[in-house]
Amino acid sequence: MADLTTDFVGIKSPNPFWLASAPPTDKEYNVRRAFDAGWGGVVWKTLGAEGPPVVNVNGPRYGAIYGADRRLLGLNNIELITDRPLETNLNEIKAVKRDYPDRAMVVSIMVPCEEEAWKAILPRVEETGADGIELNFGCPHGMSERGMGSAVGQVPEYIEMVTRWCKQYTRMPVIVKLTPNITDIRKPAEAAAKGGADAVSLINTINSITSVDLDSFAPEPTIDGKGSHGGYCGPAVKPIALSMVSEIARAEATRDMPISGIGGITTWRDAAEYIAMSCGSVQVCTAAMTYGFGIIKEMTAGLERYMDEKGFATIEDFRGMAVPNVTDWQYLNLNYVTKARIDQDLCIKCGRCYAACEDTSHQAIAINPGRVFEVIDEECVACNLCVDVCPVEACITMERLEAGTVDPRTGKVVEAAPADWTTHPNNPMAQAAE
Amino acid sequence: MTEAMRLDGIRPGRLGEEDLARNFDDLHPRFDPHEALVAADRCYFCHDAPCVTACPTEIDIPLFIRQIQAGQPESAAKTIFDQNILGGMCARVCPVETLCQEACVREAAEGKPVEIGRLQRYATDSMMQAGEHPYSRAAETGKTVAVVGAGPAGLACAHRLAMHGHAVTIYDARPKPGGLNEYGIAAYKTPADYAQAEVDWLLKIGGIRIETGRKLGDDLTLEQLRADHDAVFLGLGLTGVGALGLEGEDLTGAENAVDFIATLRQQDDLTQLPIGRHVVVIGGGMTAVDAAVQSKLLGAETVTIAYRRARERMPASRWEQDLAASHGVRLMFNVAPHALHGEGKLREVELAYLGDDMAPTGEKVTLRADQLFRAIGQKLEAVEGLDLDGGKIAVTGAGRTSLDGVWAGGDCAAGGEDLTVTAVAEGRDAAEDIHARLNA
Repeated sequence: MADLTTDFVGIKSPNPFWLASAPPTDKEYNVRRAFDAGWGGVVWKTLGAEGPPVVNVNGPRYGAIYGADRRLLGLNNIELITDRPLETNLNEIKAVKRDYPDRAMVVSIMVPCEEEAWKAILPRVEETGADGIELNFGCPHGMSERGMGSAVGQVPEYIEMVTRWCKQYTRMPVIVKLTPNITDIRKPAEAAAKGGADAVSLINTINSITSVDLDSFAPEPTIDGKGSHGGYCGPAVKPIALSMVSEIARAEATRDMPISGIGGITTWRDAAEYIAMSCGSVQVCTAAMTYGFGIIKEMTAGLERYMDEKGFATIEDFRGMAVPNVTDWQYLNLNYVTKARIDQDLCIKCGRCYAACEDTSHQAIAINPGRVFEVIDEECVACNLCVDVCPVEACITMERLEAGTVDPRTGKVVEAAPADWTTHPNNPMAQAAE
Repeated sequence: MTEAMRLDGIRPGRLGEEDLARNFDDLHPRFDPHEALVAADRCYFCHDAPCVTACPTEIDIPLFIRQIQAGQPESAAKTIFDQNILGGMCARVCPVETLCQEACVREAAEGKPVEIGRLQRYATDSMMQAGEHPYSRAAETGKTVAVVGAGPAGLACAHRLAMHGHAVTIYDARPKPGGLNEYGIAAYKTPADYAQAEVDWLLKIGGIRIETGRKLGDDLTLEQLRADHDAVFLGLGLTGVGALGLEGEDLTGAENAVDFIATLRQQDDLTQLPIGRHVVVIGGGMTAVDAAVQSKLLGAETVTIAYRRARERMPASRWEQDLAASHGVRLMFNVAPHALHGEGKLREVELAYLGDDMAPTGEKVTLRADQLFRAIGQKLEAVEGLDLDGGKIAVTGAGRTSLDGVWAGGDCAAGGEDLTVTAVAEGRDAAEDIHARLNA
């Protein structure tokens, strides 16, 4: 049986599933319920500096994007950091950690960008017995207007500076949580590394407005006729997050940096994908907020079965295995030639592949008598759009042309040896193959 | 209609091989993977889900459906088997329309529940077809338990006991294990010899020995079982069938529905199984429906279910009633058999109409009948030394009988509905209680 236990920068947990810093981890009551349900750890909802806590709006905080059958795909929020007194949170963190010593207890922190503010809060967090801290440089709404959250995360020099303070004033591992609202995610990750961070976590939420009410002409969620951008999360953001994780995992300066993956993790499979992309722990929020803490049972059982089937004894056995296969476009094999193939036994004759190809792509699908849809190899560029829009899984597949056969579209013989853009004759920068 | 269908009397071969094969094919074919995903996506993962509350074995239904959604039907199967080791059979025979699916919030919202039963079958079939048995035995305890009856209660009890490391011997009166799963359920609900395949799969746990042809009361006494084992579990079922108590009941053609179903289930070649041209079934439960529908499927020209109360009181669910009606079975309500007529062989059945107070209204009707099936319920064949409650073995807690060291569950025990899934729950819970006792 696969062993799901993880040791992420010294923070141990019985499984890699942590609840992300967010409403589910704002209170002792919730966190105890989460641990009882089986979660491996939590990142406690972000603590602010001593003094009167922040206030939240008293109208709606969330907005949603739905798929078919009202399945929640994306969630947007304008909630701020914890609005409870610092002392209350610290006492609760201490009590929970004492009762659940085997679970990861990481505390998220966001205080002003001043050395004294960080110096003041760190010992108090350390005193709770927490396993580590996460620096919230990500929240894109509200706090960023006050020079915190993503306002820090968007300036690599600030990240490096604050990270260094934290490493100086605490012995706890420091995880820097990154905002995706930036052009090149490698820069803040590099800054965190330079500041001495033990790890990065990403992504925080993405600036978003989920919809506009067409009667009141106000963005949703609407507070007395006005709306503000929020932070977007949930299944819809997973591809963006995975890409950013891969960037950090591949970059020279950060490739050895441990990563806690966040963004749309809903099932064991999503988690396994993040782990394959080098993450040593994963954080979940929207899925828990949509379905409750009970989903952890699917996640742990699913990951365990997957690992058993693959023969992976521990998380480390497959962590990062997908990273070497992420490359730049210019290195993709141009001699890998495929054609779409439609399985006539599976085809239900809806014609969506035809509409997509005929209207928006390469006119490479024919409608033959009796609504028989067939690929025209002379036109098919193997774009995969027909596969993506087909409602029947595995009805349309992309089949590779064997080396030595002629691609009817180009009239050229398919070469066995790989060749990419770097050596292509059309590339003015191409270097002749030796 | 074939010519053979118009021949009077009870005779085989009313329908050809092809028609019979089609008629007795799977009632609910297994979902293909795409259908399963579409059906699974409809589940809302309700909190404290009503479907779980409605399941006698309390399977974590939202979890197993989520596991199907997440692409792991085998993990889903494990979730099911953790609570109900006969989850495969229950997926086929449970009256889901009165249990989990009736409670589904989408039934209330749209009149279209999540198809829990078929999803359960999809999951359990996935694991069983892969040959995986996800449990292993604890270290041998050296304790032995006798289980009497290899039906759902006995099998569930034996499996759980074996898991805990006890050595189990199951005694069953019939030639094959499975109980009603093997002998008492409509063939189209469990085709392809599923009942035996399920027993074989269940026995992979190890530590269970089955002795068939051993009936309690013959060479097997409760006293001896108690002396030879550390505990005894009785999952005897209800094997006694009552008579109607009418004139003419000795005529050829008046039979017990359970015997007809058992014969049908053991018949390899259905073209050789005799059936009447005109069949009347007395009763209103699932056995009545199973007998009536299968009579029709064998080629009987007319089949009538005669039930003594109003439709709303009928123990068979509306879904079962409609299943019967869709096969051309006529449902008659508020009628009771008054007399059976014929010379040596049954010719007709005289029914008397009853009022809501069950008193005859005086009106009568006579139906042509070559064959009549009694489906008026089964009774416990008495076991000496045990207290009874309403004609069944009295139990307290998790199936404890009045005799120390003897537990009972399933149809033979008082309380609970006489369903496969209830029997599984009772067998499982008794096993846990026995285990706790043996460990004490």
